[in-house]
Amino acid sequence: MSVKTTETGEKPIQSIQRATVRFAGDSGDGMQLSGMQFTNTSAVYGNDVSTLPDFPAEIRAPAGTVYGVSGFQLHFSSEDIHTPGDQVDTLVAMNPAALKVNLRDLKPGGIIVANEDGFTTQNLKLAGFEESPLDDGSLDGYRVFQVPMTNATTHAVEELGVTGRDAHRCKNFFALGLVCWLYSRPLDPVVEFIHSKFKSNEQMREANLKVLHSGYYFGETAEMFQNNFQVKPATLPKGLYRQVRGNEALALGLLTAGHLAKKELFYGGYPITPASDILHELARHKEFGVRTVQAEDEIAGICTTIGAAFGGSLGVTASSGPGIALKGEALGLATILELPLIVVNVQRGGPSTGLPTKTEQSDLMQAMYGRNGDCPMPVLAPRSPSDCFDIAIQAVRIALKYMTPVMILSDGYIANSAEPWLVPSVDDLEEIPVHHLEETNGPDGELLPYKRDEDYSRPWVLPGTPGLMHRVGGLEKADGTGNVSYDPDNHQRMTDYRHAKVEKVVDVVPDQIVYGDPDADVLLIGWGGTYGAIREATAELIERGHPVANIHLRYLNPFPKNLPEILKKYKHVLVAELNKGQLREILRARFLVDARGLNKVQGRPFMVSEIVTAVEMLMNEEAK
Amino acid sequence: MTTAVETPKYSFKDFASDQDVRWCPGCGDYSILAAVKKTLAQFDVPPEKYAFISGIGCSSRFPYYMNTYGIHSIHGRAMSIATGLKVARPDLNVWVITGDGDGLSIGGNHTIHTLRRNVDLKILLFNNQIYGLTKGQYSPTSPFGKKTKSTPMGSLDWPVLPLAIALASEATFVARAVDTHPKHLIEVLTRAHQHKGAAFVEIYQNCNIFNDGAFSYAQDRKIRADHIVELRDGEPMVFGKEDDKGLAHVEGQVRVVTLGQGGFTKNDLLVHDEKAPMSEHFKLARLRQPDFPEPIGVIRAVERPTYNDLVNDQIAEITERKGPGKLQELIQGHATWQVAGEDLD
Repeated sequence: MSVKTTETGEKPIQSIQRATVRFAGDSGDGMQLSGMQFTNTSAVYGNDVSTLPDFPAEIRAPAGTVYGVSGFQLHFSSEDIHTPGDQVDTLVAMNPAALKVNLRDLKPGGIIVANEDGFTTQNLKLAGFEESPLDDGSLDGYRVFQVPMTNATTHAVEELGVTGRDAHRCKNFFALGLVCWLYSRPLDPVVEFIHSKFKSNEQMREANLKVLHSGYYFGETAEMFQNNFQVKPATLPKGLYRQVRGNEALALGLLTAGHLAKKELFYGGYPITPASDILHELARHKEFGVRTVQAEDEIAGICTTIGAAFGGSLGVTASSGPGIALKGEALGLATILELPLIVVNVQRGGPSTGLPTKTEQSDLMQAMYGRNGDCPMPVLAPRSPSDCFDIAIQAVRIALKYMTPVMILSDGYIANSAEPWLVPSVDDLEEIPVHHLEETNGPDGELLPYKRDEDYSRPWVLPGTPGLMHRVGGLEKADGTGNVSYDPDNHQRMTDYRHAKVEKVVDVVPDQIVYGDPDADVLLIGWGGTYGAIREATAELIERGHPVANIHLRYLNPFPKNLPEILKKYKHVLVAELNKGQLREILRARFLVDARGLNKVQGRPFMVSEIVTAVEMLMNEEAK
Repeated sequence: MTTAVETPKYSFKDFASDQDVRWCPGCGDYSILAAVKKTLAQFDVPPEKYAFISGIGCSSRFPYYMNTYGIHSIHGRAMSIATGLKVARPDLNVWVITGDGDGLSIGGNHTIHTLRRNVDLKILLFNNQIYGLTKGQYSPTSPFGKKTKSTPMGSLDWPVLPLAIALASEATFVARAVDTHPKHLIEVLTRAHQHKGAAFVEIYQNCNIFNDGAFSYAQDRKIRADHIVELRDGEPMVFGKEDDKGLAHVEGQVRVVTLGQGGFTKNDLLVHDEKAPMSEHFKLARLRQPDFPEPIGVIRAVERPTYNDLVNDQIAEITERKGPGKLQELIQGHATWQVAGEDLD
C-alpha cells in the first residue's frame, strides 16, 4: 500500500506511550550506528530505552544477502520498560533482504520505511523475491513508505563534492534523520556526535550533517507521512543518567571494585564474541593502573590471571562458552589454590562455536559443574546491562572475602544491549576489605597458608613477604600447611571445606524478593538477561487478572537462603530460560520441586507475549 | 666470561625448603636443584623475592624443594602463570621449571609466546627425551623410531630441537647445559639470572629409570669432549679431548675440522658471538651428534625491552600524560542527562 498525500501544512503529532523501531540493512550499511544514535537521542530526550542489536557472525557477508542483514532494535517509552520490545512498530529496511529477515517481527499495521533504491532487481533476486514486495501487494497489511534514500543522499552531498562510495556511506544518516522526524526526536545529540566523530574530516562531517537534516526535512515536507509521533519523557528516579551497555558496565564495575579494594586490576584473556568488549574497555583505561594481557589462547588468558592473583592483583578473565571450556582445568587450579579470581562468561548460542553473535543461557551447567573433580564455585548472573556494574562489584567482594574464583554469567543480549543508568556515586559505595598475612599464623610460630577463618577462607600471602615463603599447587593440599597430601581423610576434609566455603557465601546473598501476587498459584522463575521480559510478562498477566508471582535469581550458587521456602509456597513453578531447562533441572534436583520449563533456544531473547501465552496455557490446563 | 658475583649473604641452604626431595635415586634433577640453590646464593636477593613456577612432570616438583614462593601448576601452563605474576609483580625474580613434555608438547604454544614477548623469566627446560612421570612414553624430543610403551614399534614423530624453537620464537637468551657438569651449569644459570628478559636454558637431564643414558655422549667424562663444544663469547669453537678439533665454515656450511689437518689452524675456526645474527645461532642450535659436537653454554644473549617493563611503562606513561584516572568521571562518561523526576528515596 502506498500512502496518499495529504494537503500541505503542519502535520499533526500523535502522542503515544511507547514505540519499537528496528533499523535493518546490510552489515555495511551502518545500521548499528543509526540505532545507537537513535537510542542516545531518545535517552537524552528522557525516555526509558532498551535495545537489542542483532548482527551476523560474518564480518561482511556478500551485500544484499539474507545472511548479511544487520539489525538494531530500540524500544523507548514514557514508562519504565525492561525489554527491547516484542514486536516492531516501525521497520527501516534498507534492502529486500532486510525486509525479508525482519518482516515477521513487524506488528500488523506497522510502518515500513523502505529504501526503494535498495530494491534493485539484483537485490530482490539475492533476497529470493520473484517480484518486488513493494509492488506485489504482499505488504498490504502494513503502512509502507518508499523513500529513495540512496538517491536523496547522493543529491544532498553532491554540492560538497562527495561522490561514489563515500556518498553511499552517508545514507544511514538519512534514515536516522527521517526516523528522528517520525518520532519527534531532537537532532542535537546526533549533530554533536557527528562533530566529534568526524573531527578531522571536514568533508564527511559536512556531508553527514547535510544528509541527517535532509532525512529529517524529508519527513517534514514530503507529502507522504500524514503525521508523526511523540513519546513523552519517562518518569524515572531523579538524578544524572547515562546510557550503558552490559560489557561496558561490567568493565566499569570491575574497575570500581579494584578501587574499593585498593587492588590493581589484572585482565588476561583471549578475544571471543561477545566478551571481547570487556577487554577493549579495560585496555582503554591504563591510567587506572589496569594491566591487560591479550594472551595467545584462552588457557594462557586465565593462567596469566592466576599468576597475577598469586602476586596480589585483582585477577579477571572473561570469555564465552567455548573459551570457558578451555579454561576449565585452570579454574580447577584456581579453586584448589584458593585464590580470588573473577571469571566472566558472556554466553552465546552453543554447543561448540554455535551462534557467536546470538544470545543464549545454556552455560549454566558448565558454570555450576563444568570442571573436573568436586569443584564448587560461586555463580552470579546480572539481570540487565546496568546490573552488570553491581554484579561485578559483588563478585569481587565474594572472591576476596572467600578466596575463591567467582563466575559471572552474563549473556550476549545483556552484553550488547543498552539502557539508561542512574550514575552511581563512587563515594557512596562500600569499601572492600582485603587482608594480607604479614607474619606466621601457626600455634608454634609456623606458617599455615591453608589455615581457615570462620568463613573457611584462607589467608592471602603475597610473594615478597619475608618469612612466609611457601608453595602451592594443583595437588591436594594438606589441611593447614598446604603441603602435598594423599591422605584419604585429608582429601575428604579439604573437599568438604571447599564446598562449605562456597555454601558460606550465602551469608552475603540477600534474601530473594518475590514480585507480583504473593498469593498466586503460579511462580515464574527466571535468571540473567531474561529478567525484563519475564517481569513485563508478570505485570501483564496480573493486569489481565491472572495472579502470578515472579522471582529473578541473580545468585545461582549459592541460592538465596529463603529460596526453598518460596518454592514450597506455589502450586506451579515455571522456569523460563533460554536453554533446554538447566536451572529447572537444578531446582528439581536440589529442592524436589515439580518445576516445569518454558524454554527457547533460537538465539533470541524471550518476547513478553511468549511468556504470557505460556502461563495462560498452564492456567487453562489447570482449569480443565 | 665474567660473572659478577656480589657479596654472598646467603648460603645454598637458605634456599632449601623443609620438604623431602622425592625424585628417584640417581635422577639428574638432584644436581640441577643443587646448582640452582648455589646460583641463587651468590646474589644479594633474599629468598622471598623469588617465585618458582612449574607445570607438571617430574621436574615440576622442583618448587616444593625451594625455600621461595612457588606454584606447582597444571600441564604446560607454567609460563603463562609466570607471565601474569611477573607482569603484576615486576619486583619478583620469577623462574619457570618445565620439561620437554610440559614445555614443548602440551605447553608448546605458551613457550613460543612467552619467548617472543621477552617476559623477564628464567626458564629451565629439563630435557630427558622421555615422559617420566607418566612412566615412559616418548616425548617431543625423543629420537625418531624411539621404542617406548606407547610406541612399541618405534615412534613416527620427528623430534623438535628446543633451542631451535627458542630461537625461532625470537628468544633473547638461549643456552644449554648438562645436569652432570655442575660448574658449567651454575655459570649458565648465573648468566640467565643476570639476563634481563626471557632466558631459555635447555638442560640435558638423565632419567635413569625410563631413558637412562640418553645423553651419555654429553655426560660421560671419557667421551664427552668429542661430543660437545663449550661456547664462549669471543672465543673460537674448539673441542675434543686434545682440543684438536673445531668448527669452521667450509663452503658456507658449518663443518668439523681437525686442527693441523687440511691446513686448518685455530684462526680458521668460527668465533662465537652471542650477538651474532639469528641465522648463525640457528645453525649452532641444529648441530647434533654423532656428526657434530652439540654446543653447550650461552648461544645467544641480546638485549630487547621486556614485556613486563613495556606493560608497566605504558601504564606509567599514560598516567603521566593523562593524570591518574578519575573514577567518578569515567563512570559518568561523556553523554549524560539530568532527570528532574521524583526523588524516590
